[in-house]
Amino acid sequence: MIQTVFFNLLQVLFVLAFAPLYAGVLARLREIVQSKRGPSIIQPYRDIFKLFHKDERVSEQATWIFRVTPYLVFVTPIFVTILIPVLTDYPLVFAFMGDMLAGGFFLGIAGFFAALAAVDTGNPYGPMGASRTRMVGFLAEPVFMIVFFTVSFVAQSTIPYIVQQRWVANVGAFFSPAHILLLIAFLMLILAEGGRIPVDNPSGHFELAMIDESKGLEYSGRGAALMKWGGQMKFLVLTCIFLNVLVAPWGLAHGTTIAAVLAAVPSILVKILIFAMLLVAIETSLAKLRLFRISEFLGAAFITSVAAMVTSIFPGG
Amino acid sequence: MPSSVAEALNTLCAGLILISAFVMVATRQVQGVLRFFIVQSFLLAVSSAVLGFGRNSVHLWTLAAITIVAKVIAIPWVLRRLLPGDYYERREIAQAVNIPASLLLALLLTVLAEFLVAPIAAATNDAVIRVNLPIGLAGVLIGAYSLMARREAIPQLIGILAMENGAFFAGVAIAPELPIIAELAVAVDVVLIAIVVGLLTRTIHQTLGTTEAASLSKLKEETPVWR
Repeated sequence: MIQTVFFNLLQVLFVLAFAPLYAGVLARLREIVQSKRGPSIIQPYRDIFKLFHKDERVSEQATWIFRVTPYLVFVTPIFVTILIPVLTDYPLVFAFMGDMLAGGFFLGIAGFFAALAAVDTGNPYGPMGASRTRMVGFLAEPVFMIVFFTVSFVAQSTIPYIVQQRWVANVGAFFSPAHILLLIAFLMLILAEGGRIPVDNPSGHFELAMIDESKGLEYSGRGAALMKWGGQMKFLVLTCIFLNVLVAPWGLAHGTTIAAVLAAVPSILVKILIFAMLLVAIETSLAKLRLFRISEFLGAAFITSVAAMVTSIFPGG
Repeated sequence: MPSSVAEALNTLCAGLILISAFVMVATRQVQGVLRFFIVQSFLLAVSSAVLGFGRNSVHLWTLAAITIVAKVIAIPWVLRRLLPGDYYERREIAQAVNIPASLLLALLLTVLAEFLVAPIAAATNDAVIRVNLPIGLAGVLIGAYSLMARREAIPQLIGILAMENGAFFAGVAIAPELPIIAELAVAVDVVLIAIVVGLLTRTIHQTLGTTEAASLSKLKEETPVWR
């Protein structure tokens, strides 16, 4: 009992510690592909450290929502982390507190408050970014729901640990059309939710074209650090759900000793690195979509997920 | 190769073939449609080669070879030679149905295919038939749909060829021992269709400067110069 609580804390520590590194590696890989040197992979740590030591300024017009939001954005990915398999392939103590829908709700709360906080100050770019994020969000929502329903229909469960064990136990299901379609739909969802390139440019500094970034423009000091770190953790958590539950449930710790769980850390990092390379390949080979093409992109994701559902319901899928 | 691995790989191909059918509906550029047709045909060849290994059937290997030669090499080459390069870079803006709606219709056609095939698939124990038949039928229906919705000549032709791909994919599962002469005849037929449509499109393109099927019904006053 004590041990599984400890493992759960270890998972949270893993996400806390490696989320900035993941962002740094992604940025660096992208620069390398574009024949540039790019910043060091530990640059995000330095940014966060620097921001924590800076003064915080809050607009006089801002209400409590603006002050609370960074903490919510920071804490919600941690809540999701304790529900999903990050390091171990057996359920830990909090695994049955909530299913994948709960994870979606947690991230949804953070997104909701981030949008409210962006509208809260007088900055004209904030509401613009917030409304765009909401547009992407409500187009992504049906895809998430269909993916979720299909996964839980196939696995007969909504707990991520059990879903993941269904894929491990059954290699035949891994190659089924439903699974392949599902993976593509979820990958498109990650690109949209994480603000990656076909939908949004994470390294863009032009306010008029921003979608995700412009919500944090008003934050400074500690607030900015928490928003940044929280965003990076959210992306790492989404990646973990994608890799550990849906794509490659291998390399997770099977034993119950501390050494076995710690040994899972490098293998998970390698998996994430491979995924980062794929992501960079996607990002450098595509152009950012025009705002009103995003609905087409997510529409295609929706169609893919429904096709996955259809092929999984009928025999042969 | 054990047949279970072959079946798993065939299933993987089935998923990717369905996806490439969707992508062909969603692509605006003529070039992109042609590329994904090549991808789909290649997957088709892979799936029949893999099944050939699994069942130790020389017949299916021959089918894979015919598919590679006819659809992956010959048809794209013929179409590339017959029409100028800028034709392929053109984007088809005015479709009869816009792309999200097209995708939804393609999805409905997939549901229809699964629904129609479900009783047959439930009656058999052959895993390959259960996978290939619905997806092959979906390919036929989606190809027929893009034949209706597309306005440009070459994407329409590729719609016909995609129908043939779907029928082929279902056929590999139902009748793997079809006489080779029939398969050869179909393969030659398909290349001939590509040549005829390509030549016709080329002439229309040279005379009128457009190949949009919708505007071809308008009368043109000058006498056409046949080259």
